[in-house]
Amino acid sequence: MTRIVIGPINRVEGDLQLTLEAEDGHVAAAWVSSPLYRGFEQILRGKHPFDALVFAPRVCGICSVSQSQAAAEALADALGLVAAPNGRIARNLAHAVENLADHFTHFYLFFMPDFARAEYAGHAWHAGIAERFRAIHGSAAETVMPARAAFLTALGTLAGKWPHSMTLQPGGMTRALEASEKIRLFSLLRDFRRHAETTLFNDTLESVAALDSVAALTRWAAEKPRGDFGIFLDIAAELQLAKLGRGIDRFLSYGNYPQAEGRLLPSGIWDGGLRTLDAQAIVEDVSHAWLAGETRHPAQGETRPQDGKDAGYSWCKAPRLDGQPMETGALARQLMAGHPLARDLVAREGANVHSRVVARLLEIAVILPEMEKWVWQLAPGEPFCAQGELPQEGAGIGLVEAARGSLGHWLSIEGGRIANYQIVSPTTWNFSPRDAAGIPGPLEQALVGAPAGEGSLAIQHIIRSFDPCMVCTSH
Amino acid sequence: MALNLVWLQSGGCGGCTMSLLCSHAQRLFAQLADAGINVLWHPALSEESGAEALALLEECAEGRQPLDILCIEGALLRGPGGSGRFHLLSGSGKPMTEWVARLAARAGHVLAIGSCAAWGGVTAAGVNPTQACGLQYENDHPGGLLGAAWRGRGGLPVINISGCPCHPDWITETLMALALGAFGAQDLDSFNRPRFFADHLVHHGCMRNEFYEFKASAHKPSDLGCLMENMGCKGTQAHADCNTRPWNGDGSCTRGGAPCISCTEPGFEEPGHPFHETPKLAGIPIGLPTDMPKAWFVALAALSKSATPRRVRENAVADHQVVVPAVKKTGLK
Repeated sequence: MTRIVIGPINRVEGDLQLTLEAEDGHVAAAWVSSPLYRGFEQILRGKHPFDALVFAPRVCGICSVSQSQAAAEALADALGLVAAPNGRIARNLAHAVENLADHFTHFYLFFMPDFARAEYAGHAWHAGIAERFRAIHGSAAETVMPARAAFLTALGTLAGKWPHSMTLQPGGMTRALEASEKIRLFSLLRDFRRHAETTLFNDTLESVAALDSVAALTRWAAEKPRGDFGIFLDIAAELQLAKLGRGIDRFLSYGNYPQAEGRLLPSGIWDGGLRTLDAQAIVEDVSHAWLAGETRHPAQGETRPQDGKDAGYSWCKAPRLDGQPMETGALARQLMAGHPLARDLVAREGANVHSRVVARLLEIAVILPEMEKWVWQLAPGEPFCAQGELPQEGAGIGLVEAARGSLGHWLSIEGGRIANYQIVSPTTWNFSPRDAAGIPGPLEQALVGAPAGEGSLAIQHIIRSFDPCMVCTSH
Repeated sequence: MALNLVWLQSGGCGGCTMSLLCSHAQRLFAQLADAGINVLWHPALSEESGAEALALLEECAEGRQPLDILCIEGALLRGPGGSGRFHLLSGSGKPMTEWVARLAARAGHVLAIGSCAAWGGVTAAGVNPTQACGLQYENDHPGGLLGAAWRGRGGLPVINISGCPCHPDWITETLMALALGAFGAQDLDSFNRPRFFADHLVHHGCMRNEFYEFKASAHKPSDLGCLMENMGCKGTQAHADCNTRPWNGDGSCTRGGAPCISCTEPGFEEPGHPFHETPKLAGIPIGLPTDMPKAWFVALAALSKSATPRRVRENAVADHQVVVPAVKKTGLK
């Protein structure tokens, strides 16, 4: 049995350390550590509740709008306020722009560069991949980064700037759009569609969204001239990425993009079948975190650093639902939404490096056409922001989906001030440490059996298939 | 000889890197390379991981690899109890504060990327649970992690590219000016921020200027009026060029309807009042426009309020124009 410590693990957002125990060249056990603590939950206590709209986005530079959206929903819940329809739509647009840009950034800048590494030089595809995806120097970045920056100009219009916008409000948006701005947003979405359809998919979004089984996906990959998604599918088949990083196959999604009724992507949990989510069944365990206290529901949660705690190995708490760790992300969202490809992927081989990445790119194809419809639902001249009175005492919950999974904010207000603010981020779920029962977190379980070693690219693929955001994780 | 650049992240959110990637440079990395900058390592972008990355940092820290530009994003976390253990650089077991101090000692120039690295910023808010500070400032007090006397090999103090996040151009233009030999001590303001953005006020070019002139003020979120009198806007005091150098295409906080919270200024994270409210004394905002004597402001405000056209007054409290500018029937003189 050998013990290996791996870090810093780059091309993730924030700092991450892994400790592996290897036996016969494979991972026997893994411990995932979030080595950075900032203390946002301590910082927010005692502040004016609306100050959360300034602090929440700054929890994370990559899921900033998701954090704003969760804070706005938690405040709206506490105020008993329903967002103005225009504001709801504009917030959804802002949120979806960020989420799709994230999928894009993850695929091109964080995930694919690993296949350009010299360790893969023996493969026939390597030279082409290295030319296209090599970190910093690859040719893909030359077109991808400007396309991403252009897409994010939608947030200049909708949200003033990205990241760290303050235009998202409990009642909607501070920025009321005009008719000409609808046209501009629509054309930005169409630009991004064009880029996705030519560079990423080499096919229409509708064709990709219509892939309804693993067999259809395999057929499509064989028939279509190669876009970057097709290139990935080829590599994934050759390297058997579907056999790598098998998850715990219990999934969670809070659902996303509120509509006049319900959400476009519904909430739920998946445990071999779809079940209703009961957010009351969520707890955070701190047994292996460098934090004092006991297992609590986030509404009563506490955050007290305890440096040097013997059992601790991360600043991250361990969220559990009905006592179990849960995997969250694009695959979970598409499972709950009943997408046949996502359902088939999971039915066959569960969550793995291949299915996580497929679901993320599938989501671009599914959501972008919806966004094009949302733009036309905006009604300039009608209100964009409903107004409400802040209660002196109250509580609120904001549950949303960041690109990488389920994000929850639990807020309580006493004497007109924040009495408690608890954040449970997607990577808090996915990269949680062990709980008091000794159950490892989803990544810790997904790594078991993978080829081990400091230079193991399999380990790197598994980590990045979750698209971790470590600054969110321990905030 | 290309200049080697190393970028590290500590007590922050990574948002300044994300902002940098919003650069409108068509080929950001090629542009930096063309100016003579070699990105030796960046945690979010580089190929090297784990032991390779640590080896590279160790070579720089020992002086075996030349380190010309060190960019630090995020606050420096001195806690708990001065140990720096709130951020041990993963894989190294050593506090990031120690790594930063060692690398800074070798660096030609050190850049604080964002307000966390410059002053402590949002990470130092509230009870400052992690004893966060900036590289060479703690809030507006000189000192920070490296101490007020620290200078890079190039002779400059830490260059504070503040902002939450900082604008992508502020980073790229500073880097390029350094690489092209066009940046010196005279280019820094009194807080060591590059003057090309810090010698401006956010107010300059603000789209709400007509409302400001007439003190036609917003009263609630989404109103079109000036955000200074009621909504907490510090654009007339904050040093940055956000409204003449727009964000993400055509954006800025004030264009988006959000107040300027002066995120380039030390201590912005603890304004002493809710961010969305303007603190006032006897009905007059405490924070008056920079360089404006109070008596003049009061006199002007009273005069301009009394002269506010109906169009400006009514639009100020609506979320879209309810009265449009009159169309004159004859040629404009």
